[in-house]
Amino acid sequence: MTKEELKIKLTELIPAATFDESGEWLNMILTPADLLIATEILRNKPELNFDYLFCQTCVDWKTHLTIVYHLDSTRYRHQVVVKVQLDRNKPEIETVSHIWRTAEFHEREVYEMFGVNFLNHPDLRLLILPDGWEGKNPLRKDFEDPVNMIKL
Amino acid sequence: MTDKFQSESSLAFPGEVHQTPSGGVLVSKLDDVINWARSNSLWPLVFGTSCCAIEMMSAASAKYDWSRFGFEVARATPRQADVIIIAGTIVNKMAPVLKRLYDQMGDPKYVIAMGACATSGGPFFYNTYSVVKGADHVIPVDVYVAGCPPRPEALINALMLLQQKIKKGLTREQIREESKIEYQKAV
Repeated sequence: MTKEELKIKLTELIPAATFDESGEWLNMILTPADLLIATEILRNKPELNFDYLFCQTCVDWKTHLTIVYHLDSTRYRHQVVVKVQLDRNKPEIETVSHIWRTAEFHEREVYEMFGVNFLNHPDLRLLILPDGWEGKNPLRKDFEDPVNMIKL
Repeated sequence: MTDKFQSESSLAFPGEVHQTPSGGVLVSKLDDVINWARSNSLWPLVFGTSCCAIEMMSAASAKYDWSRFGFEVARATPRQADVIIIAGTIVNKMAPVLKRLYDQMGDPKYVIAMGACATSGGPFFYNTYSVVKGADHVIPVDVYVAGCPPRPEALINALMLLQQKIKKGLTREQIREESKIEYQKAV
């Protein structure tokens, strides 16, 4: 499906979604409450068949956090980007690791780097950072390097 | 550099030849011969942690070919290596590994810090949570190479500096002291 066709199809199936086409990708913006229903549709509808989560990450916008899911269909070769905005002070979102198994690692990385709490994740603990880093979240914009810090 | 330093650092075999009617006799010091042998057969450890390793590979391959100077036998085990070229960023999690590799190398062993990251942390000196600000916080370094990353010529130059250092057979402090005396004599 082309970007336009995909957008029409997605609007039909997921009415709660809004779209942003300013960039290279088709961006679908969701609220945390709609995420589970929407991802279920994306993965399991035969005409969509998004069977590959090739990137999951997080962005700190200082006012809020955004979780970004890059999805691909290995059968149809179409892609979509799903974005979900979170509260920066209490970031919580449902896990998608039961839909795409690879999310288990990605979510652990987002957890250690940004402190996002993934609900119902099977094994939410630090991925790469050594023990004792819980709660420090080095990729948050307000993280301060304890050794050499320069503020602009 | 003085002429004396240059002649000492040349690739010539150490010693003097005394002519006799039946041929030449070479007189040399065993220490010098050992240092000459050591410096011309430096086996580097296969150790690259980021983009400097690409330049190191280039220095090893056909175009720059560091085997011309005796570095070709890159070893994948520290027990057979003489020199470790720290080619890349050392992060806090890598530091104990680097220390362990260094400890496992047999004496005499040498260290080259290649590029900005290994020298000082380089581009990661400020506002980072993970990078060691210079590999010399972990192990002693013999030669530092500037650059980000340094060109293969710079690495080969550093290796040849290391050879000169080994041939002199002196410690860093002794070399510094000697060059001071030479400078005063020249003035």
